[in-house]
This record gives sequence, C-alpha cells and structure tokens, in this order.
Amino acid sequence: MKRLGFIVNPIAGMGGRVGLKGTDGLAEEARRRGAQPTAMGKAQKGLAQLRECNSALQIITPAGKMGENEARREGFTPMVISTHGTSETSAIDTQTAARKMVQKGVDLILFAGGDGTARDIYSAIGETVPVVGIPAGVKIHSPVFAQTAERGGELARLFLSGQLHQFNLAEVLDIDEEAYRNGQVKTKLYGYLNVPIERTRMQNRKSGTPLTEKASQNSIALDICNNMEKDIVYLIGPGSTTRPIMDNLGLPCTLLGIDLVMNRQLISADASEETILKATEKRLFKIIITPIGGQGYIFGRGNHQLSHRVLDRAGKKNIIVAATQEKLLRLRGEPLLVDTGNEATDQMLRGYIRVTTGYKQEIISKVR
Amino acid sequence: MAMKGFKNHPYIPNSVPEVQQEMLSELGLESLEELHAEIPEALKLKSKMNLPKPLLSEFELRKHVEKLLAKNSNCSDNLNFLGAGCWQHYVPAVCDEINSRGEFLTAYGGEMYNDFGRFQTLFEYQSMMAELLDMDVVNVPTMDWAQAAATSLRMASRITNRKEFLVSELIDREKFLIMKNYCGPDITLIEVGYDNTTGQLDLEDIKSKLSDNTAGIYFENPNYLGFIEQQGEDIADMVHTAGGLSVVGVDPSTLGVLSPPSNYKADIVCGDLQPLGIHMQYGGGQSGFIATHDDEKFVMEFPSRLFGIVPTSVEGEYGFDDIAYDRTSFGHHREHGKEYVGTQSALWGITAGVYLATMGPEGMKELGQAILQKNLYAIAEIDKINGIKSSRFNSPGFKEFVVDFSDTGKTVAEINTTLLSKNIFGGKDLSQEFPQLGQCALYCVTEIHSKEEIDSLVQALRSIVCA
Amino acid sequence: MKRIDRSDKVRNNFHQAKWDEPIIFELSQKGERGIQVPRAEEDIVTQVGDGFSAIPATMRRATGPLLPEISQPRVLRHYMRLSQETLGADVNIEIGQGTCTVKYSPKVNDALSRLPGMAALHPLQAEETVQGILEIIHKTDCFMREISGLDRFTFQPGSGSHAILTMASVVAKYFEEKGESEQRNEIITTIYSHPSDSAAPAVKGYKIIHIQPDENGYPDFEAFKEAVSEKTAAFFVANPEDTGVYNSRVVEFTELVHKHGGLCGYDQANANGLLGVTRAKDTGFDMCFFNLHKTFSTPHGCGGPACGATGVTTELEKYLPGPLVDQVGETFTLNHSNTFDPKSVGKVRSFLGVAPVILKAYSWIMSMGAEGLYEVAKVAVLNNNYLFRKLMDIECVDAPYTPGKQRVEQVRYTLEKMTKDTGITTGDVQRRMMDFGMHYWSSHHPYHIAEPMTLEPTETASKEDLDEYIATLTQVFKEAYENPAIIKSAPNNSVCHMVDGSGVDDPEQWCITWRSYLKKTTPNQ
Repeated sequence: MKRLGFIVNPIAGMGGRVGLKGTDGLAEEARRRGAQPTAMGKAQKGLAQLRECNSALQIITPAGKMGENEARREGFTPMVISTHGTSETSAIDTQTAARKMVQKGVDLILFAGGDGTARDIYSAIGETVPVVGIPAGVKIHSPVFAQTAERGGELARLFLSGQLHQFNLAEVLDIDEEAYRNGQVKTKLYGYLNVPIERTRMQNRKSGTPLTEKASQNSIALDICNNMEKDIVYLIGPGSTTRPIMDNLGLPCTLLGIDLVMNRQLISADASEETILKATEKRLFKIIITPIGGQGYIFGRGNHQLSHRVLDRAGKKNIIVAATQEKLLRLRGEPLLVDTGNEATDQMLRGYIRVTTGYKQEIISKVR
Repeated sequence: MAMKGFKNHPYIPNSVPEVQQEMLSELGLESLEELHAEIPEALKLKSKMNLPKPLLSEFELRKHVEKLLAKNSNCSDNLNFLGAGCWQHYVPAVCDEINSRGEFLTAYGGEMYNDFGRFQTLFEYQSMMAELLDMDVVNVPTMDWAQAAATSLRMASRITNRKEFLVSELIDREKFLIMKNYCGPDITLIEVGYDNTTGQLDLEDIKSKLSDNTAGIYFENPNYLGFIEQQGEDIADMVHTAGGLSVVGVDPSTLGVLSPPSNYKADIVCGDLQPLGIHMQYGGGQSGFIATHDDEKFVMEFPSRLFGIVPTSVEGEYGFDDIAYDRTSFGHHREHGKEYVGTQSALWGITAGVYLATMGPEGMKELGQAILQKNLYAIAEIDKINGIKSSRFNSPGFKEFVVDFSDTGKTVAEINTTLLSKNIFGGKDLSQEFPQLGQCALYCVTEIHSKEEIDSLVQALRSIVCA
Repeated sequence: MKRIDRSDKVRNNFHQAKWDEPIIFELSQKGERGIQVPRAEEDIVTQVGDGFSAIPATMRRATGPLLPEISQPRVLRHYMRLSQETLGADVNIEIGQGTCTVKYSPKVNDALSRLPGMAALHPLQAEETVQGILEIIHKTDCFMREISGLDRFTFQPGSGSHAILTMASVVAKYFEEKGESEQRNEIITTIYSHPSDSAAPAVKGYKIIHIQPDENGYPDFEAFKEAVSEKTAAFFVANPEDTGVYNSRVVEFTELVHKHGGLCGYDQANANGLLGVTRAKDTGFDMCFFNLHKTFSTPHGCGGPACGATGVTTELEKYLPGPLVDQVGETFTLNHSNTFDPKSVGKVRSFLGVAPVILKAYSWIMSMGAEGLYEVAKVAVLNNNYLFRKLMDIECVDAPYTPGKQRVEQVRYTLEKMTKDTGITTGDVQRRMMDFGMHYWSSHHPYHIAEPMTLEPTETASKEDLDEYIATLTQVFKEAYENPAIIKSAPNNSVCHMVDGSGVDDPEQWCITWRSYLKKTTPNQ
C-alpha cells in the first residue's frame, strides 16, 4: 500500500483575478474584492487521475477543505490529520501538515497551491520526500509545478505505481519580499523540492537518447572539475546544477549560497560579498554559475553575494555558466538574464556567453 | 536555361503535370520553379547536372546492370578458397526468402506498435545468439566484426576506467586500422606477440605489458590465421588479475563444436554474423555482434539497442521494448570513451536468426564437423605436395589455414594468377600484411567444398609448383 | 447489394496483422530440423576421422547450444507471420518518419543485387574478376561528385552517423598533419542539425559547441561569430535543418570558418529536396555525405545495412579511408595507397562497405538521370509544402519560424495547443496513428519545439496519399478534443497494446534474451 500526502491550499489563486500579487495573508482582502476559491476544483481534477489506484493507496490529508473534502469527493477514505483547525488556513497549517505526513511515512506529497505554498512545503520538509505540485496559485514561477492539474495527478499516479525512477531538484521561487516592499517585483530562490520526472518515452530511437537531467549535471561537473586550474579561486554559485561539482570534489556544498574553492579545497562556505571581495583581492578567480530554472537569470536572483563589484573584478571571460540542455530548453528561446543593479556591469555581461551543458559540450547563449 | 524534370516517372506519382498544377494552385504558385524560393539564386545550379541519360524502361535498366555484373567472375561459377573475414557458406533458401520480404526490407525506425515483427525477430535473434555464445545479453547488430571489436574495447575501457588495450599481433591488419581509428584518441592499442611455431599468444609478452592502465586484452578464436587459441582461460586469468577484461572475437560458425569464449572466462564476446546465412556480397554481408553477461555494469555500456520482452496492458500478450534506453547516452558513467548509435545492419541480424532457427543445435554441430573434416583433408592433401607446407602454424584450426609456399620459389601472387586461369580463387596473399611469414596464403575450406573440389585445388597446385 | 461508401479517406476499419505468434523457442520440438547440412564424403571421413578429435579437449563444446529444433515449414511460417506484423515502407503511406527520407525502393534494384554477380562475390577476389562491381562503385562516385560538386567519395561508412564519424576522423588527420591537433579541439554544430553531428565527433574527442536558432529559426549568426575561433577544427551542419528551414546565409557561415582555418562538413542526410538545385561545393563545404538508404532509395532494412557516402575536396582526398576505386584507362583498380598511409584515416569499415547498397543506388540514379533527380527534388518539396499548407489550416497545428515561407523537404510542427487544450501529447498521437496503419514521428530528444511532429512526404507520396494522411491526422486531432480516451488507450488495432515499460530500467526485471526471461519469470502451474 502506497501512502500519498495530499494538501490543498484552499485560498490559493484567489488573489489573481482581483488584482493581487498573491493571496498569502490577503485572503480576506481577496474575498472582499469578490474573489471565488478555485484551488479545490483544481486539486480535485488532479486527484481524479488517481481514482483507479484507490484500493492500493492510502491518502493522508488535513481535515476539511485542505484536502479531506476533495479526497472524499473522489471516493477515497483518507486518513485525516489535524492542523490548527481555525477557519482561515495559513502557512503554518501547510507546514504542519507536510511535517506530519513525512512522519507518517508518505511516499509522495501532492499539493495544490502556488509559489507561496511550495515555499511553505519546502520550509517544512526540504528534499526529504518527493512532491508534485498542482498549479492553483496566482504565482506559478517555481518549476516544481506540473503543467496542468491533470498532469500533476498523472505524474503522481505514475510515480506511485513505480513507473518513474528519476527526480529533479526543482527550484522553489517566490517573490522577493524585501524587493517587493521597495516596489520591485523580483523572484527569489528559496530552495529546492524533489520532483519525480517523466521522461517522454523515446521514439524512433535510431539516435542516442539525451542524458537524464542528473547525468547531465554530473557530466557538466566532470567537465568543470577536469578543467580546474591551480591556484585559482573558484566561486561556486547556488543550485542543483553546481552541486555535483562539489560532490565530485568531495566537498560539502551550500545549496543556496556561494562556496569558495581553491586547489580542490573548500576555503570558504556560504561566503558573503565581503568574504568574496576579500578572497579575490588581487587573485585570479572564476565564477561558476547556473541560471535560475524557468527564468534564466544568471545574476541578480538568488546570488546577490555575486555583486557587480565581484563581477566587475572577474570580467566576463572568468564566468563559467553551467546549465543542462533541458534547462536551457525550458527558457523557450528566451535569453539568459542579468540584473545586478548596476547598468555598466549588466552591459558588460550582455551579448553572448558559452554555457557548459555537458562534458566537452557547450551552447552559445544570448545574455540580456 | 530552365531545367527540365522527368515527367510521369513510374517512381514519382506526382510527376504527372496535371496533378502538379492542381497542387501548385493550392499553394498559390504557378510553376515548380517557384518552389525552393528560400534558396538564394546565387547558390542554385544554373544548368542540368552532367549525368548519364536515364534508362527509360525497367527492362533497359535491368539489362544494363546485368551486363555490368556479368563482367564479374563470381564464386558460384568459380572455385573459391578465399576467407579472411568474409566466408563462403551455404545460405539456406529460407534466409533469402525472409530477408527479401518487403516488410522487413523496407521497415526502419518505427515503434513496437508499427514494427512489432521487427522487434520480435531481433529479440529472437539476440536470444538464439545468446544460446550459441552461452551469454545472456546480445545486441542488435553493429556494422561488422571490426566495429563490434572496437566498440567492445570502448565498453571495456569505460567499465574499467582504463585506457590501454593489448591486441594480438596476428589480427587482420585492416580490422586493426578500423579499431585504431575508432578507439583513438582515447584508447591506445598495444600489440602482443605470438609463438612462431604454434602461433599461440606469447604469455610472457602479455605479462610484461599488463599494467594498472590495462583495460583488457583482445584476441580471436579462431585466430585470423585460422587456428585455435587454446590459452583463453590462462589469458583471462592474467588479465583479470591485472584488473582488466578479456575481450574475445569469435567466428559463430565454430560454435556447434568449439567451446564458446564465455567458457574460458571471456567478459565481452564479439564477432561477425556473415557466416550465418548471409551472402558474401563483396563484403556487404558483414554484421557485428557483441555479447556480455547479464551484469548491469556491462549492459549499461552497450552503445547499441537491446530489445527486451515486456508485458503489455493486455494480459497474456507479448510486448517488446528497448532495455535501459538512457544507456545509449553514457552519461551515467564516464566522461570519456563516448559513442553514438545509428543505422547499423539489422537486416543481417534478422537473417542470422532465421539461419540459427533453421540449423538448430544438430545443424550447427554437423556444420562444424563437416568443416573440421574437410579442412583436415585439405591440409593433409596439400601438404603432400613437394615444397608446400599446408599448415604454417603447428596448431589445430577450424576453417582456415596458412599455406606456406616459400619453398616453391614462386610467389603467392604468381600462384594465384595461375590458379585463376583454372577458375580457382586461391587463398588470400599474406605476404604484404605479414611479411615475416614469407610467401604464405590464407586458405578457407567450408562445408560447401566437396572432396572433388578440394582434389582439383590440390591437383592445380601440384601442377603449378611442379611446373 | 448496397454499394459501399468509400468517400471517407480515413481507414477506420484498419487492423494490423496480429498472429499472436509464440517466441521461436516455444515452437521447438525435439528431433525436428530445418535443413540438412552438406557433410564430408565418406572417403574424407575414412581418412581424417570424426574431426572432433583434432580439437584439444578443453576447446571442444561440452553441451550443444540450446537452439530451437523446428522443421522448415514451421520456421518459414513463423517468420512470414512476423514479417506481416511489420509496417515496412512497402505497405504503408510513408510520410510519418520525418528526417528519415523513407521513399520507394524499386524492386528491380533489389532483384539485381541478389544476382550471383553481386551476391556471390568475395571482397578479396582479384581485381580482374570484379571489374563490374568496381565500375559501378567508380561511376557512383562520379555521380556523387556531380551531385555535390566535391571531388572524391568513399562508400565505407555504413550510416549517416558513421559518415559524420568519418568526416571527424578526416578533420583530425588534417590537423594532425598540420601540427594543430592540440589547438583545434572544437567542432561547432547547430541545435537543429541531427544529434549525430555532435555525438559522432565526440567519439574523436572533440569539444562540441552548439549554436541555437535565432528568432527566425536560422542558426544564430551572431552566436556563431562568438563560437568560431582558432580553436575551431570544423563546422558540421545540416541545411535545411530538421525544421525544413533552409539557411540562406550558409555561405557566410562557411566563409567565417575558413577564415579561421577550420573545415566545413555538410550533413546532407536531408538532401532529398535539393538534388540538382544546390550543391555542397557551391555553399562552401569541404566535405559532405549522402545517405544512400535515404535520398538514393536503397531500403532501410529495419536499420541497415546502409551507406553514408562521404565526399571531400581534392585537398582532403589523401585522408580518406582506403582503398578507393580508380579508373585507369578501361580498367578499374583498387587504390590502396591511402589504406596503410599513417597520414590517412586508414579504414572505417571492412572491405569497401556495403557493395549491394551502392549497386542499388547506382541503379536508381540510372533510372532517374539528371532530369529525374531534379524532378525528385521538386516533387519532394511540392509534396511537403502542400502537406504544410493543408496542416496549417488545422487550428491546433502550428510550425514555429518563418511564417508564410516555404520549407524544403520536411517540417517540424508543434501540437502544443492541442496538448494544452486536451492533454493529448504528440506521443499519444503517434500511438493512435498506428490504428490507421500510419507512421508518425515526433522529434529527436530533447524536444526543442514543444509537442513536435515531424513529417517528410518525399516524392513517393501521391496527392491521394497526402490527402489520406491529412484526413487521418485531422480525425485524430478531432478525437483529441472530443474523445481523448480512444487516443489515450491507443493503439487499439495493432499487434500489441500499450507496452508496460516499467521494468526496462531494472536489472532484476529486464529480459534481453529468452534465457533471461526464463530465469527472471516463474513457470505457470
């Protein structure tokens, strides 16, 4: 018997139609503006895909509108877990539910919500249990979400029936609240969730199949590690693409920060801008960076430590961009983006840049 | 000058001018010349290509090609003793019948739903080869033996993460070139010597060349010069101790009677399918196979397709699919020693399957026996001729043997020219390839050679040498 | 009797042959045999004995191979049935295998290749005994030169990928002789060229640089300028690429590479729409290859044997694998000077490659002449643009890039709208098309165009064929909106239903041979 955690953020998506940037903490305002809840319908559409596995599936879900209702509507008899139980659900409820589900040994969490919900789940459970997101929120920037609700349900079904074996660490992106308060809408990288992926069944296999995402990341790491030079400081940026570099070097890795490496040794973990500036003073150094999935920012999102001062000092030729081919594909022909807050630095970075996509494999990408 | 097309061509349905006009008007165009609009005028050919006038009727075409082919002397009308990588065996009619079926002949890259029969025949081919080789995994065929050997080396190199390979000095020099080109620049091939009397590999030489860099050793059975390498197990033990793999090339037509290489601890086995029901076709019938044990470490390094049997959504129905298809990208393993997949020689795999099904275990055994007996006879009879040594190496063989003409005072080239005048294709001249052997030729006798034909060869050789 | 209405072009009553055929081992009956083998005559046996005893005991096979034992009619019937379960180009409207150029393979050519004058030739026969086949090879070389504008061809490569490997090997030898091997370690290609253009040169150790398409679908020239340098060994590209878009600025690309000392190799696997229209040489290429099993009609044979005829300029001829066929006066000779010259590639395939394939291509060209090849190109492009026009009228079909312009021999479409609207993917459509006896192909992976569909009609399709294919696709797209379940469950009319591939990546479950299947499954009681 497989165990599925099922979480619905019932207020997700309400803010969108009434002109709010999200619904987190604004549900009352949204309702006042006449918003109708939509998340439950989407969650149910997703869950419907699992109907046929009913007998082989135990659903664990919070009471009432956070999942229980939809589960029962789809004919399941869920194991119900309690949350705070106030009438207005909040971030805390999502986090509590996710944590309890992990304790109960769920194989997967299927949740309906938006970027805020994904963030809550990430903060509660990190990468411990795979998740699939049903897009139901106002903001759907995070690649943790499936394309549609049905697709999300189908992915969950495939995973639970043992047909998917591969995972992506997908970014959890949400509005940078600090920037937002300053009147700017920027997204920020908050972390990663473990998402099962379905590789489209290969057709006409007369040519080789492309690498899996994980294998590509490893292949990139091999290329970069093989070409590391002596006495040069490497600034390893955040992300699941750069993590295998540290793994290959046998070094611990700060997933959301900048690690400094020289001669295959860690010289500073999770370095601040100040540390970086100090460590690179009158030294040769290179920056290894990966675009933030789905958006293509290489600087200015999730890596503010790599400030324009650091970048100016490095120069474009000392920047190594690493990204899998699939990751670049997800940009759908859009260029890589820079937003360092300094126009001259951005200008220096624009144009074209070589992106390492595998061992001895590069793609020339446009930067804007 | 406006170029003209060939209207109402029998192979081109829409070369009918009226149909073309109808289709053009759908596109809002007036004439065919308005097609190719995206190609700059400067890049377009301005005049018709200089090619022979087309042969209008199929009859004329057939006559023309038949006339060209009639300029060839073939091995059906003449007595052929050439082998050396391409061998004349009997091809059962059922093999030709199946590989000329239009469905197989013209299929390509469809899914199992389109090409179920192609998947099943190739799965069955893999399965029957596996029995012949006593191995658990066989691939959909590659180009030829040389390619199969080269790929086996790359596989071994990825598995061991080492980059040197020992290779027997006595392999086909052209095969060696193919392997060298395919394996370079990643893998270095180091040749190992042989015993001058027996032709067996020199174990001392192997020992001295084995190191921490050795990915493995490659040798063949029978050897290129026809005799059986008997030290397979010792060699495998030595190379295993050094951390490398034993890669053995084998002629599958021997395997009804000879031990398969897996029995002497080979890790990867490769070879050519051409002896299994495929016509020689001037070398067009070559097709390579690779086999390993069912060990994930090995399976994941195949650059070829591996068809497997799987269930379908309907109970009781066989289905087929590619096994571990992500493997063809090699990303899980090594950064070096990459390969690719592409069109190879699937039709010959299907044919070899038909052959093995037709022959069965008894047929393969009897084939091996007939070949052994006829070779023993030919060697004995040729040896009776003064000045000719019919077995340069003192080791038992299978279907080929090295005839030494050095003492006759004649070159192989001279002898072969005279044989040709008697409608006999003499053995392959080895004097360029292996000058150390002097005037030697590689003769091939198979089940198709009758006693009378062997006798006529002996007779002809005797008359040439004694003349 | 009521006359049957056949006005609907869609074959709604199609069902693929389904024999429910056992695996061949299940047909085995002890004692049956498929053929008698010629045996040694009694005189020989008397003289040499049983033959086995000549083999050292350790090398004798102890137990015979567990091959099936089946009489000839049963072997034949088994394989005839399996052939019927295979959808070759002889039996279907071959439009759906885009990039593969699956065209009619004339029967006469196959019949000719089976004559003893071809089938019973040994590759090491004396030159004077093989003048016919050498003449055919030499003349086909001359035809290829005329079609490409290049100077010399080898027929050793056995496929398109193998031809690319051969071009990369020539590049490696060229720079080795110049002493620039270390420096020139990069090969540039484009995203929409065949994946083998990057996979095959990687075997030779090259770093591969990919150029992405610009907004019009052409390789981005500005990015290309960024890529080309003194490290560039070569530029390998298809034109048109897999999108069917012809890069009209191709000469600027080849000139830039030459300016930096690199070589240019033209992947002409997509040449069918260009025969007699434009040539490799005139667009600045130093090398090119043609797939004889595509453009030149020789059958694909379920995936080979085939030939990737590879041509070069005079300057590069000495690097080609040997032997080459020369004409000296009235005779044809094998020129081995390249084979053992360490400056050359040496060899890439045994003997001279697949001679019967060369013969079939020769025969096809002789049935065409210059006018015929030109007609092939024109009709292939006409067919493709007709199909293109008609499909673009369907609401859920789109084709990225160069709106309103012609494509060459194929188009890569996108069904993204349909997928968004209905959840039906291109992979689903592929399975459903089989319910009408049709091939359908999406694209190489990864998908650069979402939910891709790549169709290449070639000159073989008649207008009727095209209309039938369009009508069938139209019906399937309609089903996607109205009755998606029938597509999701497809194929419903094929030999087998949807396969369960859940075990194919699991070493405990995969069964690559029958003996593995027997080991990994339990017998039924």
